[in-house]
Amino acid sequence: MKRIITATVQNRGGVLNRITGMLHKRQFNIDSISVGSSEIEGISKMTFVVEVSDRQKLEQLTKQLNKQIDVIKVSDITEKAIVARELALIKVGSSSQSRSEIQGIIQPFRASIIDVSRDSLAIQVTGKPDKVDALITLLRPYGIKELTRTGVTAFLRGQQPQVSEMNAFTV
Amino acid sequence: MRVEAKQEVEGTNKVMTGADLLIESLVAEGVDTIFGYPGGAVLPIYDAIYRSEAPFEHVLFRHEQGSIHAAEGYARVTGKPGVVLATSGPGATNLITGIADAMMDSLPLVVFTGQVARGVIGTDAFQESDILGITTPITKYNYQVKQIDDLPRIISEAFHIATTGRPGPVVVDIPKDISADLTTGDFDNHFDLPGYQPTEKPNPLQIVKLAEALGRAKRPVILAGAGVLFADAAEELKEFAERYDLPVATTLLGLGSYPGTGSQALGMAGMHGTYAANMAIYESDLLINIGARFDDRLTGNLEHFAIHAKVAHIDIDPAEIGKNIKTDIPVVADAKEALLALLSADITQPDITAWNEKIASNQQAFPLWYERSDQLLSPQWLLEQIYKETSGKAIVTTDVGQHQMWAAQFYAFDKPNRWVTSGGLGTMGFGFPAAVGAQLACPDDTVVAVVGDGGFQMTFQELAVVRERNLSVKVLIVNNEALGMVKQWQGSFYEGRYSESLFGFNPDFVKLADSFGVRGMQITKEADLPAALAEAFAYDGPVVIDCRVVKQTAVYPMIAPGKGIHEMIGVTK
Repeated sequence: MKRIITATVQNRGGVLNRITGMLHKRQFNIDSISVGSSEIEGISKMTFVVEVSDRQKLEQLTKQLNKQIDVIKVSDITEKAIVARELALIKVGSSSQSRSEIQGIIQPFRASIIDVSRDSLAIQVTGKPDKVDALITLLRPYGIKELTRTGVTAFLRGQQPQVSEMNAFTV
Repeated sequence: MRVEAKQEVEGTNKVMTGADLLIESLVAEGVDTIFGYPGGAVLPIYDAIYRSEAPFEHVLFRHEQGSIHAAEGYARVTGKPGVVLATSGPGATNLITGIADAMMDSLPLVVFTGQVARGVIGTDAFQESDILGITTPITKYNYQVKQIDDLPRIISEAFHIATTGRPGPVVVDIPKDISADLTTGDFDNHFDLPGYQPTEKPNPLQIVKLAEALGRAKRPVILAGAGVLFADAAEELKEFAERYDLPVATTLLGLGSYPGTGSQALGMAGMHGTYAANMAIYESDLLINIGARFDDRLTGNLEHFAIHAKVAHIDIDPAEIGKNIKTDIPVVADAKEALLALLSADITQPDITAWNEKIASNQQAFPLWYERSDQLLSPQWLLEQIYKETSGKAIVTTDVGQHQMWAAQFYAFDKPNRWVTSGGLGTMGFGFPAAVGAQLACPDDTVVAVVGDGGFQMTFQELAVVRERNLSVKVLIVNNEALGMVKQWQGSFYEGRYSESLFGFNPDFVKLADSFGVRGMQITKEADLPAALAEAFAYDGPVVIDCRVVKQTAVYPMIAPGKGIHEMIGVTK
């Protein structure tokens, strides 16, 4: 099952290496990892999307993360009301004929063209990973020349529903 | 959590080098012994040691691996952190085995390594190695000092992290220009580790659950691990076990946490544990694990481990709970705190007379056994003689392998912290240098290094240290001219294809000892042993005793790999 886990960490030297090294050593599969500064100076926020086989593995993962000296807090937010987004940059081949066609495809995704050259377009899209996947699938026939994704970053919504009506995070 | 260091580092107005500052910080931490080896990147530190009048001793080993195993031995018998110092590059990489060993067995070490100057880090400079990168997976934490003013704080943090919670090794990498630099700064060694707050007090609800489960249990058993020793909780364990008449099995590393000759003792459990201990775990309906980590050498095949039991697990490291075994009653706590809570809890005396009778009959019917030979020495008998000669009071260290298992089986430890062995990593060459460290820590105690002829050849260079300091370490080589455990497995599971496990040549260990100015003896007949041991232990100085043992002897009983804890072989002759 896929889980989305966040960790607040002290921004000390080697912290990313420490954590990815631990995940590798203990044979956890990471789909994506994104890291950046948080609202507090010296504290970074990490978001992991991981594939774990069962609850016991999941518990081990959060415990092993918590065990790291630099890790302050670990949360499995998969079943919470969350906002999860990733950004992708996609360079597709395009001629003057196909350009408007591509424009039509990306519009419903609220993606934007951020660079144009004679034979290619660079598209920026933000959203949940399944939305990004969907756009990539649609653009594939035009020839994807380059693709880069940031991985998911996420946090809890301001308001959590009282009753559990949450959807499991799907990618 | 803001932690005040025990003592402020003095000398804020003096001009001093980073190395001097390091020495002052070590003194403030109460360090009395440094296990080290000099080299280029630590020249400023060694110069500071030379100039210092600080009340600690630097012990020069002959290989960095020797120094770190000695620090482990020191840490194991004293409970204090072992302090190691080595240079950059090869000095640091020679420590790796010891660091990994200390990580596996949760030994508190603070390891200082030199590093090339900050300006050339990352340029593949002479004797540069990325020791932070190399040691990240095998340390509890590690540091590279980037600013001289950080040094006192980092050292305080390193000692705090190494010795609290679940202990472990911490590496502090110090670039040469930092230890050489002069500074007059105002030093602050206060630190703040918001992500590191070990839980020491048990959750009272879990203690109540455990107390209730114990009151209802019909077949309870305690499994005591090294966590009891680290928590200094042997007395509490004894009181708890004896108050409720609970049988106690120990792990390899937990030997001595409950007296080996005590009324509740089942001996060691696991791959080469006693029948009574393993069957008690297999048949139990309540397994109370105190400070053990359910290692695979203990559990055997997980599908058969304690299958009828409700499992309670007391551990200061939450990540150990539920890692290998599904746990019904998790108690995250220091073993002493948990035992004190249990001792003051309201517990109904469980009705376990029948259970204890069954265990006693297992002990009676299936004790540890061995065969005597009229040629050479029987290794188990040899260990029994050592036990007798030292009245069971020695500090015993070992490597890994057959001799280690025989020592664990036949030397009953009645006191904690007298047993120094490489458990998790299973390191050959550990026993002798660890004995040197233990002897340095406890100069008045009898220290016996029980080693194999293979392991001893990995670290015997430290004979120079015992000679130099006239340390009374007695080295007992259980010599079967082979890598005994490898050979045993090749015999049992590879149809006797003894691939590279038989030594075609061994040194003359008596002459070897002699070349170091150390007394050497060779014993080939059982009849000669008692007198030789009496002489060796009476002698005030190091002795190497080359004991020629029966070559085919195997360690039994045994849980074969993949088998359950109840499927022992070699339970009887």
